[in-house]
Amino acid sequence: MTSFGSFLRQLARDLWSQKLRTFLTVFGIIWGTVAVALLLAVGEGVHQRQTRSFAGLGDRIVIAWPSRTSLPFEGLGKGRRVRVDESDIEFLERRVEGLAAISSEYNDNLRARYGGRTRLVDVSGVSPVFGVMRNMIPAEGGRFINPTDMAERRRVVFVGNELADDLFGDVDPVGEEVMLHGSPFLVVGVLKAKDQDSSYSGRDHSKMIIPSTTFMALTGQRWVDLFIYKAPTPDGNEALTKRVLAALGERKRFDPTDTQALGIWDTTEMFVWFDTFMLAFKLFLGFMGVLTLTVGGIGVSNIMNVVVEERTREIGIKMALGARGRTVLGQFLLETMVLTAIGGLIGLALTWAFCAAVAGSPVENAIGTPVLSPGIALLTASVLGLVGFLAGFFPARNAARLDPVVAMKL
Amino acid sequence: MNWPLTKKHNGEAGGNGHIIEMVGITKVYDTGKIKVEALRGIDLVVDPGEFVAIVGPSGSGKSTLLNLVGCLDTPTDGSYHLGGEAVAGLDRDALADVRNRRVGFVFQNFNLLPQLTALENVEMPLLFGGVGRRERRRRALDQLARVGLADRVEHRPTELSGGQMQRVAIARALAMEPDIVLADEPTGNLDTGSGSDVMSLLTELWGQGRTLVVVTHDKGLARRAGRVVEIRDGLVVTDELAVA
Repeated sequence: MTSFGSFLRQLARDLWSQKLRTFLTVFGIIWGTVAVALLLAVGEGVHQRQTRSFAGLGDRIVIAWPSRTSLPFEGLGKGRRVRVDESDIEFLERRVEGLAAISSEYNDNLRARYGGRTRLVDVSGVSPVFGVMRNMIPAEGGRFINPTDMAERRRVVFVGNELADDLFGDVDPVGEEVMLHGSPFLVVGVLKAKDQDSSYSGRDHSKMIIPSTTFMALTGQRWVDLFIYKAPTPDGNEALTKRVLAALGERKRFDPTDTQALGIWDTTEMFVWFDTFMLAFKLFLGFMGVLTLTVGGIGVSNIMNVVVEERTREIGIKMALGARGRTVLGQFLLETMVLTAIGGLIGLALTWAFCAAVAGSPVENAIGTPVLSPGIALLTASVLGLVGFLAGFFPARNAARLDPVVAMKL
Repeated sequence: MNWPLTKKHNGEAGGNGHIIEMVGITKVYDTGKIKVEALRGIDLVVDPGEFVAIVGPSGSGKSTLLNLVGCLDTPTDGSYHLGGEAVAGLDRDALADVRNRRVGFVFQNFNLLPQLTALENVEMPLLFGGVGRRERRRRALDQLARVGLADRVEHRPTELSGGQMQRVAIARALAMEPDIVLADEPTGNLDTGSGSDVMSLLTELWGQGRTLVVVTHDKGLARRAGRVVEIRDGLVVTDELAVA
């Protein structure tokens, strides 16, 4: 066809003369498109939100807590307690290769008092690097504990956001003095609110964080409750854990293959597992969407078969006048593709509108913000294109194969 | 294959100058159990500028013959040269091109596309022939003017009388300046007045040097032709020049 304009005019006329049929056809495609795009967008939203909440615990860190041996080693019985102190952490820092960051953590429940309010609070003594590793970002106007705090054993405290609201009310906590375990502490920062769906010693929003040196001086505690570390890249964590076990086993005399001596929680595994799970979940959603879209495509194909039948005589006349088979094929194929494209565009627009409506609505808390990413739009468009092509191809081929003499007599 | 887009209606026939040269043409419709021999060995030669009327009773095979002449259908056996080109063995697309460039059809029931205007109907073969938009429009308007419908170009077939519809169909048949115009009962669906208009128009085309082959029951129309071929039971029984 050399004249795309006249093709479009004719198409518009055909579609308009069969309004109900056109509507039903396009509706099937819209429905299918919304199914594919929306399912994928919601899947993506859930994935992003969940990944963010996982990161609330820490950015792909390994958490280790000294425990008891379960294997005899070099003549020593099992069931010995493994105790780790600050010098062991320094030893690991020196000796273990590929250790991007490590921080000890000491925990206790201590009494905190501000004004007339008293609370029993989970307090952790940690290193400055702990803040980055555990995604504890200070809200504007504050800071996390720093190396000088550590070195000088300053009595400074970083407060969880919900605890801050509870204890300080409307007062800005930064710069305030709070009594902790009977000593005055200066609040240097408040946690910026974050999603966190897992923890090991209470939620960060209800904790107080102080320098580990201060913690030891304040409570007299010597042994760490746990320590956290990470490799430069998440995929290095597994090998790093082996090296940590080997180094610590040699120093503390336990079997490096003893899985009980140190409790290990590699949060990377959770990310890997979740990514795999989400991939499967998205494949499932996508598959359901594609099925729905295919049903829509079958509808379009049926309609096009009817159209070909209705227009058999027209096709015969055109062929008699010299239209080649592929001209006829092209006309019907193009017509189907245009129908599919119209339905697809409306479907994508609806999906986009839905995503925009969910963002900022209460539903967002439950499923996250659906994301109609370019990838999803492209994928949907490709599936649409394929469905449209297949839906149009067979009716169009039937049309192209008509015998002009027979077709004109109908 | 590449034919010139325009050519003189009466020139350029094959090596021996015939427009149609059919030898031993047969057509058998095989519907599984029953075989129907519609044509049983037709020899037909038509030269440029002839006006041939094909007559014969219903079922004699004259419409089948016209379909073969117009390359709408292919013979079971025999050789056929149209404008010097062997067309018996061509595939569907090549036949479509031959129809587009060498043949103009006029049908009993007009076969106009109802959703298109007269102008768009006439433009259609030019569209399939790959003629550009402006040229297409110019040539279609020109043909419509020649059949006396210059004031009806934007009308749709339903807004035209039977005689006007057949004139649109004739304009469409001439749009590509074909070697030959084929008409199948062109006056069959028309009242006497319109029928005689169409007859006059066809005769006028002959007068301009065009080659026409017309299948008709209409004795009046057959009488106007320069040559009458009578078909009976799939064979040519008489082939004579009309007495002027």
